[in-house]
Amino acid sequence: MTQQITPRPLRFYGEGISYLKRLESKGSLIVIEGPDGSGRSSQIDLITSHLEAAGHAVLTTGLKRSELIGAGILEAKHKLPLGKKTLALFYAADFADQLEHKIIPALHAGYVVLADRYIYTLMARSSVRGIGRAWSHDLFGFAIEPDLVFYLDVPPEELFHRVFQKYGSLDYYEAGADMGLSDDLFESFVLYQRGIAKEFKLMESKYGIVRIDGGRAIPDVNTDLQRRIDDYLASLR
Amino acid sequence: MARNPHRGKLIVVEGIDGSGKSTQLHLLDKWLRSLSLNVFFTEWNSSDVVKEITSKGKKKALLTPTTFSLLHATDFADRYERNISPLLEAGYFVLADRYIYTALARDVVRGCTSAWVRKVYSFAETPDVTFYFRVPPDIAMDRILEGRPKLKYYEAGMDLNLSNDEYESYRIFQARIVEQYEAMVQKDRFAVINGTLDIEEQQDVMRKRVLKFLPSNLKALAYSGRGTGGPAV
Repeated sequence: MTQQITPRPLRFYGEGISYLKRLESKGSLIVIEGPDGSGRSSQIDLITSHLEAAGHAVLTTGLKRSELIGAGILEAKHKLPLGKKTLALFYAADFADQLEHKIIPALHAGYVVLADRYIYTLMARSSVRGIGRAWSHDLFGFAIEPDLVFYLDVPPEELFHRVFQKYGSLDYYEAGADMGLSDDLFESFVLYQRGIAKEFKLMESKYGIVRIDGGRAIPDVNTDLQRRIDDYLASLR
Repeated sequence: MARNPHRGKLIVVEGIDGSGKSTQLHLLDKWLRSLSLNVFFTEWNSSDVVKEITSKGKKKALLTPTTFSLLHATDFADRYERNISPLLEAGYFVLADRYIYTALARDVVRGCTSAWVRKVYSFAETPDVTFYFRVPPDIAMDRILEGRPKLKYYEAGMDLNLSNDEYESYRIFQARIVEQYEAMVQKDRFAVINGTLDIEEQQDVMRKRVLKFLPSNLKALAYSGRGTGGPAV
């Protein structure tokens, strides 16, 4: 049965978006975080099917999917190396576009929004590149606080094998190749992913991120996630 | 890290369109180059890398104030990381036609909070001097609107729904920006230039102010007016 939820005020991490007139949510924002190869998209597909079968309207959204500037981001990364603050602001602009044009309207309308990554990945990437955590936090003062955030935790060595099996190569940035960590791509990947994992560990309590063991089989991870999501949605009724 | 003793100087001009700031910065640029100083000129919203990526969005006129603000911050950061910061470190005179105060004025008028915009730009070095060109808004706008130019959507502030007429919208928008600038004069220690004075008079005020940044051997030269276009003393 579709739930009847009383509108709740949107909560922001900082200053919020002062020019918005409608600031309530009748839906839920659920974030799945985790590195490439952690199984995010498989989980999002499974959760979407399950929630839709239960009668929920579901919207999935992810980084780099903005129609406005999304495609440009990918091109720019490979053409000219951008500075770390430039890149951080660029991703923030893309995120803001999706937040205001997709996520917030969907929440007004009562959707369950499944976000394939959120500001935490952007903040972690910035931190490992030497940008201050406080600046990143302030930058995302316009971001809304999700209702649930999961982090799919998979050891870097395991991730390497999964990514290689799936794509046959490593993504330049996901391997931290811009950072000069090691000439050896495997070593660079492991060091980089360890750095990202450490950032997530540091963010856990501050942002209420729930760590999920992503090293298990897909159905096991899904049972775990789905139970937590169902419990949460039941609590809103 | 100890402050670099050979660090350059950051000189900024701010003011609304038509206030005459670009003309003045151009003359200052010529003067400093005539004294054989290393000079780098940079202007607002001019990064090629960012322009390529954002022009599509701007054409669509779909940008929210937050996205708009962040795209300009991206442009600024690219110029800052690529040019402004390293060249200051290398001892250049960096001349900026508009700086973070332009973002503060415009983004706040569009509805972003000034606290947030300031935090976003907190990585930017405070200028050694910021010249603010104060002109009655009507005069500045008459200068710009004289030729009935085609105003761009965001330039005219059309996204703010101030008026359906783009010239009327532009006037209201510029007047609000002036309010924001005026609120920054004290807080951000602007050196106010009376933009209604003659061009030569304004330039003279600026050069006198910049003179103290020059190496001592050049001060005398600059004063004597032997540097081409030096201030008439």
